[in-house]
Amino acid sequence: MSEAMRVNMPLDRAEAKRFRAGDRVLLNGKMLTGRDAAHKRLWELAADGKDLPISIQDQTIYYTGPTPAPPGRPIGAAGPTTSSRMDKYAPLLMDRGLLGMVGKGLRSREVKEAIVRNGAVYFGATGGSGALLSKCIKSAQVVAYPDLGTEAIRLVEVEDFPAIVIIDSEGEDLYETGPKKYARS
Amino acid sequence: MPSVRASEVADKVRELCIAAAYELPEDARSAFRRALEMEESPQGKAIFEELLRNADVAAIERIPYCQDTGIAVVFVRKGPGVTIEGGTLTRAITEGVSRGYTDGYLRASLVAEPLFERKNTGDNTPPIIHFEESEVDELVITVVPKGAGSENMSKVVMLTPSAGWEGVKKEVVDAVTRAGANPCPPIVVGVGIGGNLEKCALLSKKALLRDLGDSNPDPRVAALEAELLEAVNKTGIGPQGLGGIITALAVHIETFPTHIAQLPVGINIGCHAYRHKTAVLLRGESNV
Repeated sequence: MSEAMRVNMPLDRAEAKRFRAGDRVLLNGKMLTGRDAAHKRLWELAADGKDLPISIQDQTIYYTGPTPAPPGRPIGAAGPTTSSRMDKYAPLLMDRGLLGMVGKGLRSREVKEAIVRNGAVYFGATGGSGALLSKCIKSAQVVAYPDLGTEAIRLVEVEDFPAIVIIDSEGEDLYETGPKKYARS
Repeated sequence: MPSVRASEVADKVRELCIAAAYELPEDARSAFRRALEMEESPQGKAIFEELLRNADVAAIERIPYCQDTGIAVVFVRKGPGVTIEGGTLTRAITEGVSRGYTDGYLRASLVAEPLFERKNTGDNTPPIIHFEESEVDELVITVVPKGAGSENMSKVVMLTPSAGWEGVKKEVVDAVTRAGANPCPPIVVGVGIGGNLEKCALLSKKALLRDLGDSNPDPRVAALEAELLEAVNKTGIGPQGLGGIITALAVHIETFPTHIAQLPVGINIGCHAYRHKTAVLLRGESNV
């Protein structure tokens, strides 16, 4: 298992292209959060050629819907949600500048093609590790769609947020290669 | 006649919702520790260590174990002589869920209807409540917060008798394989076999209430649980779908009589957040 690399956010396009499936990273800096309902709205605007309420150029979206922040904390539990529900929306958003996604679980062929086409990257965080990941989030601010509550788009600042490169810019998918090593007949 | 006040039911349900979200039960933690020893993948081992730390941080610092604090599924066992004073059980349980999710800073994850506005109900109500009549005058309530990542990978298959055990086994292994990383492996697989459409689904959910790793009391069924666990773990999916020998921590099978023409199978996948809390509000003493 390789040593985790510190990575600054927002990502650098040249650096994003160099990530390889299986690389372990510690994300540091700012990223957006968003899930089903926010993606639907962003996608509908993008499909109509309209402006988005926030810039996604070179940004990374973390697929999470946190629990409410208790007093004294920036955010509640905030682990990744299942990414496949964003598959319908992700390719167009990447074509419009989105560079990174953080979530958990399998992606569609269309998403992989868009990752390769755009030199983007899909990171996996540990699903269900909501308490630990919450502690890597130092601040959170709703920047769009406050009416969506937990599903609002937030700008979060993370420190040493652990993730693994699942799909890289060459289209290699750790969810395909990893299990093959341990499959038995 | 034994009775329980509705307000007491609401208070207890509130408490159960909060405890379930913050405190991963010991059976799950011990299963993680056993799996950490067995897992061959270094990345997989690291994930079990992370999950144990996550359980500690959740319990000590009061942050929910997972942000998906689920739909509140509530199982109620009540004796025929037990009366509820000052309200109905459904209303009391619903109030308890509302207060638990609000006071405990748990996520409101329910929308009021599935097709149109999908507007959040704001307090995670309504819960899904299953009532069961007890032979003794007791009142026992279990709260199971069930997340969507694993529930979305669950299914019912209406097999027919000629498919037999091999058919059941193939359906379960296929479901786990197709689910891959999505339900947050290591998973627990609840399998309900027999009954009819809704009965096998309910059995598969009840199978997820059993202490992790306890076998079915029927040794023939227990042997099938072990066989299925081995088959599921041979897929190589591993912790978080990154590869490894522990894809599932356990397979729990529940069975029920069925029709001569049927072999229905419910497959309910549970994630590693194996959360459930039970309270005995009235202990049954006399047989009815």
